[in-house]
Amino acid sequence: MVENRRILGIISHIVLILGVIMVALPIWITFVASTHDAVRMTQAPIPMLPGTHFIENFKQTLFGAGLSGSEGAPVWRMLLNSLAMALMIAFGKIAISLLSAFAIVYFKFPFRMGFFWMIFITLMLPVEVRILPTFEVVANLGMLNSYWGLSIPLIASATATFMFRQVFLTIPDEMLESARIDGAGPLRFFWDILIPLSRTNIAALFVILFIYGWNQYLWPLLITTDTDMTTIVMSIKQMLEAAEQSPQWNIIMMTALLAMIPPVFVVVGMQRLFVQGLTETDK
Amino acid sequence: MTHFKTVLFGALAAGMTAGMASAQTEINWWHAMGGTNGERVDKIAADFNASQSEYKIVPSYKGNYTETMTAAVAAFRAKEHPHLVQVFEVGTATMMAAKGAIYPVEKMMADAGEPFDKGDYLPAVISYYQTPEGELLSMPFNSSTPVLWYNADALKAAGVDAPKTWDDVKSVSQALVDNGMDCGISFGWQSWVMLENYSSWHDKEMGTKENGFAGFDTEFTFNKNDKLAARLDDVAAMSEGNLFKYGGRRGDSLPMFTNGECGMWMNSSAYYGSIKSQAEFEFGQTMLPLDTAAADAPQNSIIGGATLWALAGHEAEEYKGLAKFMTYLSSPEVQAWWHQETGYVPITTAAWELSKDQGFYDSNPGTDTAIKQLSLNTPTANSRGIRFGNFVQVRDVINEEMEALWAGDKTAQEALDAAAERGNALLRKFERSAK
Amino acid sequence: MLKRVHFPTSVLPYLLVAPQIIITLIFFIWPASQAVYQSFLIEDAFGLSTEFVWFENFQILFEDELYLESFWRTIVFSAAVAVLSMGSALILAAFADRVVRGATTYRTLMIWPYAVAPVLAGALWVFMFNPTLGIFPYILEFIGIDWNHYLNGTHAMLLVIFAAAWKQIAYNFLFYLAAMQSIPRSLIEAAAIDGAGPVRRFWDHIFPLISPTTFFLLVINAVYAFFDTFGIIHAVTQGGPANSTTILVYKVFNDGFVGLDLGGSAAQSVILMILVIAMTVVQFRYVERKVEY
Repeated sequence: MVENRRILGIISHIVLILGVIMVALPIWITFVASTHDAVRMTQAPIPMLPGTHFIENFKQTLFGAGLSGSEGAPVWRMLLNSLAMALMIAFGKIAISLLSAFAIVYFKFPFRMGFFWMIFITLMLPVEVRILPTFEVVANLGMLNSYWGLSIPLIASATATFMFRQVFLTIPDEMLESARIDGAGPLRFFWDILIPLSRTNIAALFVILFIYGWNQYLWPLLITTDTDMTTIVMSIKQMLEAAEQSPQWNIIMMTALLAMIPPVFVVVGMQRLFVQGLTETDK
Repeated sequence: MTHFKTVLFGALAAGMTAGMASAQTEINWWHAMGGTNGERVDKIAADFNASQSEYKIVPSYKGNYTETMTAAVAAFRAKEHPHLVQVFEVGTATMMAAKGAIYPVEKMMADAGEPFDKGDYLPAVISYYQTPEGELLSMPFNSSTPVLWYNADALKAAGVDAPKTWDDVKSVSQALVDNGMDCGISFGWQSWVMLENYSSWHDKEMGTKENGFAGFDTEFTFNKNDKLAARLDDVAAMSEGNLFKYGGRRGDSLPMFTNGECGMWMNSSAYYGSIKSQAEFEFGQTMLPLDTAAADAPQNSIIGGATLWALAGHEAEEYKGLAKFMTYLSSPEVQAWWHQETGYVPITTAAWELSKDQGFYDSNPGTDTAIKQLSLNTPTANSRGIRFGNFVQVRDVINEEMEALWAGDKTAQEALDAAAERGNALLRKFERSAK
Repeated sequence: MLKRVHFPTSVLPYLLVAPQIIITLIFFIWPASQAVYQSFLIEDAFGLSTEFVWFENFQILFEDELYLESFWRTIVFSAAVAVLSMGSALILAAFADRVVRGATTYRTLMIWPYAVAPVLAGALWVFMFNPTLGIFPYILEFIGIDWNHYLNGTHAMLLVIFAAAWKQIAYNFLFYLAAMQSIPRSLIEAAAIDGAGPVRRFWDHIFPLISPTTFFLLVINAVYAFFDTFGIIHAVTQGGPANSTTILVYKVFNDGFVGLDLGGSAAQSVILMILVIAMTVVQFRYVERKVEY
């Protein structure tokens, strides 16, 4: 630092710690709620310190009938479904976007601009807004109750293509020229040069897409009827919405905690790549 | 494609029945019961499946009431719909208007040759779901009605009895607040409790054409009921001094009651289980208060909750199984169990009698308030229910306008006028779409 | 738009774009065009009776005061979310940039709300602000505020803004911190030698240098608030009380999915699509300009 004024350093830490508290408070409350019994969580004011029922709630959530009906899918199954959906969305979208961005940036071919715009008008419209017609399409294709139906329609968006296009545009033209002098064909160039160069961006997108896929709610609810296809986020909403009953906060929060672990793990574990991949391109 | 599949599966099924005759016919049931009630739904299905071997009921949770209904509608449009779907009472007009999509339960039972006697069912429960000619369209499943819940300990401490009239409600609230409580009374599901049930309870119409039963060209008239406006103004004025406190839509205000903040709470009788597990005080339920300015005696309240609709377009064999399941579901044992476990009202007289015989009401005093309130008198045109199109949105409109009233932005008359005007626009839109 | 140097035309580029084009056609263009068609219809929910009405659904919308209000509300909401989440992220990043040790630890601690599902984030905030049970109303009572977002539209709006902004702080913080850390130290040192205090240095030197990041984040946050906050609003207020938190995306969802008014909802979708396309064009203009120098 420029000048090491102690007081300023201390103030910085205080502000940052306050910031961390502010950001983490809701998560803390989730944790606290998962350590009390159901009745305590309906009495004002709700506790701020952990209670003694963590293990009990954990057991009930993971092994008991805490989540849904006796015929509902077990939690591990829901976690697995969420994982499958999130991974399929992440990998699928990254794969198709890399290819199409490559074509659009490095080739000149008839209808290029047509394709370009066709892809990019999908950029921002969320699936919720066109959910009923999309459902009809998926149903007509016989994709209800399948991982394909869960993931492929959510891949239809241009964010990733947009990002890879930005990345490819920043790669110096000399790369391509020297590759061509070496006699490398387009696919060699794509595989040996473009992919390694966009490594961090791929990682960053993986994080974003994994979380996006993991956190889906309305779409899985609509297209799955088989309890074996239930995802974990769906089940939390299901517990919140029990008609004419008050929610069992302790179990809900425990499930919420379990549901948060995989995406948080992905974000925190991949944060270095995530930050690099995001900040080095689209600024 | 779908047709081809049907033919293929039909052929397969035929071949199989000829061969070994043990293939189970699967019947899909989409429902909106989360939490513990979801487990009970699963149990009913499992018990039915265990009771015979020909049919298999497959229940699936499809989200809350609106999500379940929309999922079924979307599935119907894509010809992937279930045999049976649970729809809340406000969706009745929409379902009824969809003539090609639904299979009236009474007709289905007759076609399947399943014995069915409408006389077994409680009139107050089924009248909501009948055509003007009396045909039963859907099977009531989880029905409840609003009652007045009270904190018996707090009332005792304040030296007052449970209220019978709105004047009592005011004086009891005052006594509770004077005795140190935060608020006197609150309620949830305000359109259902304060508008729909207020109207039926005092035998006043909510809209023309017998509250919509006699035709889609109905119009809202609740804004012409000056007693209702006066009552709502009075309730809004009660928020002065916290005699009344608004706590949100649906059941959001439940913690206010169970935490001892408010001494009285008007909402569905089906909250029995939740209140029992959360309230650390003696509580009771009593009938809705009477507005002595509007009527000399109460008429009857109307139900809420949901019914089961059969959707058209499946095989006759499957409907046969569904009809059997309906019979099973209506059996006194199943109904009494469901009623006692959940707090929903029983749908048949036999189940009510059985619960009485089992001594349920003696050991759980007050739990028959709802059913008594529903069957207080023979329902009139004003009190057998309501049937308005687009009512999901109309309820939102009523919620919004009533919130404006509680916030002090509008008078009751202004709020009701605005609600009726916006509601009528929605009714006209529905009338056009339902042709 | 295109590299100056590129591969010769062949069948390959078509094969490369094919997967995305096929998916886009089937799962976006097809449903979207159905939405466009639907917006000209008045139809019952089950699709059993249909009336072609041309632009009547649009006409109804633009005569509806509530719809016009929700435009304005969306703008206020998006601006508030962007300012609040970017502002707090900027302050935190500025301090994190100062600390010698622990910047990475702080980053780790602040990044994870990004992973929380909107439905869940909404539920958490509802829980914390529940007028009876919540911890915040309990604290607010001591300073004389009777918190009730069920009744008070301003409270409800504040609550969805908090929840939406909270989820976005992590993302903004990452970008700001990275931007600040890429500023050459020598520049700041020179300013310090000139006698500029830490606050002056921030406003006069650091802030202007990170303005491209600010602009980029503004776009991202506005888009987020416009389209991605639907889950939060659904979980927190469902658009109430008295419509005070109904933003455009929520209204599309609510009228179509909840109210089953397919024509009216489709008309709103079409309007949103036009808006999105316009915004995309604007963004491309900006991005293209940036790439050219």
